[in-house]
Amino acid sequence: MVKSFFKRLTSNQLFIPLMALILLAVINLINDPGFFRITLGTNNAGNPVLSGYLITILDYGSELGILAIGMTLVTAASGGQDISVGATIAIAGSAMLRVLCGGNSRPDQIQAPIIVAFLVACIVGMLCGAFNGLLVAIFKIQPMIATLILFTAGRSIAAWINNNELPIVPDPKFSYFGSFIPGIPIPTTVFIVAICIVIIALVLKFTNLGLYTQAVGINENSSRLNGINPTFIKFLAFVILGLCVAVAALIKVSRLSTINYSVIAKDIEMDAILAVALGGNALSGGKFNMWASILGAYVIQFLTTTLYKFNVQSDALAAYKAVVVILLVVFSAPTVRDYMARLGKNMAKRKEAA
Amino acid sequence: MFVGLRERSEAIRISPSHTVIHIGAGLCSAPFLKIWRGENVSENVVLKMRGINKTFPGVRALQNVDFTLNKGEIHALMGENGAGKSTLIKVLTGVYTKDDGTIELEGKGEVAIHSPQDAQKLGISTVYQEITLCPNLTVAENMFIGREQGAFTNWKQMNANADKLLEQLDIPASATQQLSNCSIAVQQMVAIARAIDMDCKVLILDEPTSSLDEQEVEKLFGLMRDLKEMGVGIIFVTHFLDQVYEVCDKITVLRDGQLVGEYEIKDLPRVQLVAKMLGKEMDDLSDIKGEHEAYNGQDAGEIVFEAKGLQSDAGIKPFDFYIKKGEVNGFTGLLGSGRSECVRAIFGADRVIGGNVKVKGKEVKISKPLDAMKNGIAYLPEDRKLDGIIGDLSVRENIIMALQVLTGFFKPFSKAQANAFAREYIEKLNIKTASVDTPIKSLSGGNQQKVILARWLLMHPEYLILDEPTRGIDVGTKVDIQKLVLELASEGMSVTFISSETDEMLRTCSRLVVMRDRKVVGELSGDDLTQNKIMSTIAGGE
Amino acid sequence: MNKEKKSIFNKMNDTSLLLTITIVIFLLMYIGAIVIQGGGFTKPQMFFNILNANAALIITACGMSIVMISGGIDISVGGVVALVSMSCAVYLDHKGGSIIGSILIALGIGIAFGLVQGFLVAVLDIQPFIVSLAGMFFARGMTTIVNTAPFNVEDEEFNALKLTRVNVPFMGSVNKKGIYVPAYVEIGVIVALLIVVLLFLVLRWTRLGRSFYAVGGNKQSALMMGINVRRTKFLSHLICSVLAGIGGYVYFLHVGSGSASHAMGMEMNAIASSIIGGTMLTGGVGNIIGTLFGVLSLSTIQNIVASAGLDQA
Repeated sequence: MVKSFFKRLTSNQLFIPLMALILLAVINLINDPGFFRITLGTNNAGNPVLSGYLITILDYGSELGILAIGMTLVTAASGGQDISVGATIAIAGSAMLRVLCGGNSRPDQIQAPIIVAFLVACIVGMLCGAFNGLLVAIFKIQPMIATLILFTAGRSIAAWINNNELPIVPDPKFSYFGSFIPGIPIPTTVFIVAICIVIIALVLKFTNLGLYTQAVGINENSSRLNGINPTFIKFLAFVILGLCVAVAALIKVSRLSTINYSVIAKDIEMDAILAVALGGNALSGGKFNMWASILGAYVIQFLTTTLYKFNVQSDALAAYKAVVVILLVVFSAPTVRDYMARLGKNMAKRKEAA
Repeated sequence: MFVGLRERSEAIRISPSHTVIHIGAGLCSAPFLKIWRGENVSENVVLKMRGINKTFPGVRALQNVDFTLNKGEIHALMGENGAGKSTLIKVLTGVYTKDDGTIELEGKGEVAIHSPQDAQKLGISTVYQEITLCPNLTVAENMFIGREQGAFTNWKQMNANADKLLEQLDIPASATQQLSNCSIAVQQMVAIARAIDMDCKVLILDEPTSSLDEQEVEKLFGLMRDLKEMGVGIIFVTHFLDQVYEVCDKITVLRDGQLVGEYEIKDLPRVQLVAKMLGKEMDDLSDIKGEHEAYNGQDAGEIVFEAKGLQSDAGIKPFDFYIKKGEVNGFTGLLGSGRSECVRAIFGADRVIGGNVKVKGKEVKISKPLDAMKNGIAYLPEDRKLDGIIGDLSVRENIIMALQVLTGFFKPFSKAQANAFAREYIEKLNIKTASVDTPIKSLSGGNQQKVILARWLLMHPEYLILDEPTRGIDVGTKVDIQKLVLELASEGMSVTFISSETDEMLRTCSRLVVMRDRKVVGELSGDDLTQNKIMSTIAGGE
Repeated sequence: MNKEKKSIFNKMNDTSLLLTITIVIFLLMYIGAIVIQGGGFTKPQMFFNILNANAALIITACGMSIVMISGGIDISVGGVVALVSMSCAVYLDHKGGSIIGSILIALGIGIAFGLVQGFLVAVLDIQPFIVSLAGMFFARGMTTIVNTAPFNVEDEEFNALKLTRVNVPFMGSVNKKGIYVPAYVEIGVIVALLIVVLLFLVLRWTRLGRSFYAVGGNKQSALMMGINVRRTKFLSHLICSVLAGIGGYVYFLHVGSGSASHAMGMEMNAIASSIIGGTMLTGGVGNIIGTLFGVLSLSTIQNIVASAGLDQA
């Protein structure tokens, strides 16, 4: 009875990210008992804001959480990952700035409504996604290789959009998306993520996106014989990821009210892939659990914050995360799993013999 | 540096335990190859397999099978799908390990074969249907790579040796040519050249001709005859009857994992061979056709589906076809005759490249499966694992899949609705599954097939195509499915039924389209529906 | 059999056909550069400067070609180059190490990356892309852990080595003042050319070299033909990483500094050079000489673009 409960628990996809979360929480609690304290204070502008490590994690994990949504779909449908998300965030963000500042690097006021700029960014993001999707779905190039093109060229394209200048958005309203709306002490990003989660939940509930994506990822032949168009589904997954990229770009650019082409969203593709893997989703595609991926994203932000707290420099983070990635793929590799299963069986046999 | 041909053949000549290498008969110009001088063939057994048993979970794939191969003999291994011939080949080549039985090789006694490499070392070489060479390397490299000695490649010597061998075997290729520039037939021959140069005594050709045209087949046969004269024992697996009668000396027939018999080619006319492969003597247990009344609604006799000159890119000749309401008909013919390709063309599963299609008298265009589904056509594919099940998804999701796609992207069923659908058909078809949430891949073959069947029945099609629905499932389920087909027909569904078991077709179908070599060669109905008539039509050309 | 009748294209295999195309493209481009740009491109030293600036890329691209020929990919090479230059810089300046020691460090880093990545790809059967992606992030991260700020190496011995020039006979030119200036290359170029020749011989004449092609052409067939596929894959990654280590040292020798942003995007340039040089991403086809010309073509384009940009300004 206890055993079967334990088995059900461990086989649940949310188990791994939850355990990682608890582990991180315990480590932090031991290191600093005040880790989870949340205080209500005021910021420079005199508005009430909540602060504390937990709020930081929720706030700064937002971009990753949003990207995890699209990355999960891409992974499930195509069995590969998009490594260009960081670069396409730069492109979408740059396009947004170009619309807001109208090509002028120090405008007195914004040249277009924020919503227009955001919609342009969405279109740009989706175009980038469509480009990747085209290469993957129609030209059948491996997703990682196909997206390597934008990964490399993306930041230069982003710089080119604004003639290599760094425009600054003059309107303080624009910065609300990445910080706080006056009077509301909760970071705006939390609301944005909540909206994204609600939208994807509705999409998954009221369309067959989930079913089709998984079917295509598991057995492309069979899903075609069931009337699904696998090419379109893969393409769609990349376009949706492009939309997620645009939202993430809005937050990223809003945080600074400007852009740094070579630094913005650096290494975020690694985190996004890690989030999907940590959520227990097979990187080779097929079945997926959206909520586990999103939870995975916050676990990674938790890890990042923890590493910062241990005085690890931001540029060095990648090295630590690379180790986590390698450990994850090693333990999910079929050869390793088979070996572990055999080892377990042998142990059981030996136990019986004894 | 690899050992040159000359040294190797000398080494062989000295070693008495080694079977004599047989290259070179009729090619006496090649002095370094020792000619095998024919003694009495029956005393020259090169391979003897006795009492081979192999069981897979739920299936006895081979039961006490014996097989004997002589030197200088081309021996056809025949049988329909699931007869066990591929299992036998795989046991012989070390891909599978046998449960029971012995394999003896001439001069080596009883041998244990655990891997393809073992088999190769013992002189058993296999040339597969799909070519297992590297297309990016040269012909010479493909013949010698992986068995050179030393760290360096001596191109000059390798090319010279390769050219010599190519010349002896009369293969129209040069050693320095890149393999992918050669025709498929030549590639096949290079694979054979590689195999026989590795001192092979037993050469297995596993459907080598399926991608070759007539001229290429002729070339291959020429090579096979040469090898035969050199004394190599050749096991030839094919689905083409003409080829068997053209080139083979003996035939071993397997059926349902059991040995039917070994025959001299001259003692076994085509019709009898087909009868033995299909198992005519299998008793016709029940006449289930009589239990079900024919459909007699107002629209009985209306033509539900009609195709004229339909052709797909899967290599079938254009064919005409129709089916009436409430009719059960079938495509028959041996495996590889194109029966599956025909129904795939009807469903739009392969790319259709010509022909007109009418559904209920109205001209429609079916270019992809969804078009067919919208016109009320359902298709249960031949390969359950590759084209049927979606392994990691649950039984529920697998059942609702087709109807769900037809209903539309924006109209997903509620979970309750989906569960209701799934439960209804789990009960109707008696599917054994732990729950509706169980992944389909953990079900047994028969139950997986029932789930796929449920998927299409849930769509309530007007025209249902079943391609080998009973393959690899137990007898009880087979009869269930046959009964179900007749029941559906009496309710007005049109069904096309394909099976490699003729008796199954006879029990269910009222009209049969007969195929041979990828074209329709006849149509049988009424009194013509007998085993004999079917077999003579399949065999043809006598 | 009538061999004479076969067309020349039929007799050539994919590899040599692509190689010919690459060399022709490079020559056309260089002639084009001379015609359009004139000036610098007419002097032999321009060509040698391209070599000097790209010696490290030639070495890493050679390694990349080997991995690609055997059907894999390694995008960690840029990171390894950066890590090598930073580690060597720190060792020489902050720890007062010797030249020999720094070379050993470079080789050690290359071997370590090669062993781990080769093991993960060949033995555990993990996608090479994922493995080397992690390798890239690890190397970049480690570079900042070793030292954050970029700095120039002051070590005298090292700077002497860095400035060592090997004169190329008969290729010099007379400058405006009428003095003969000999053409020169740096030590790195010599190393790079040696490696090109060595790898060319390995790929063409050794069993291992041919195994790379076989495995990249068709893994399953190679296995059936008795090639040790795992070992071949492992060695391809090991060689690639070791060459990235050597390339890293040559890069370090050329720039004489350590920085976390060194060799950014070098993996892409290496892949692009290999592809221009006729190596297929799908594996099984490629040639080291082609890769050399691939690097030259790529850098000629970059030079043309750069000087065109200067003209505008």
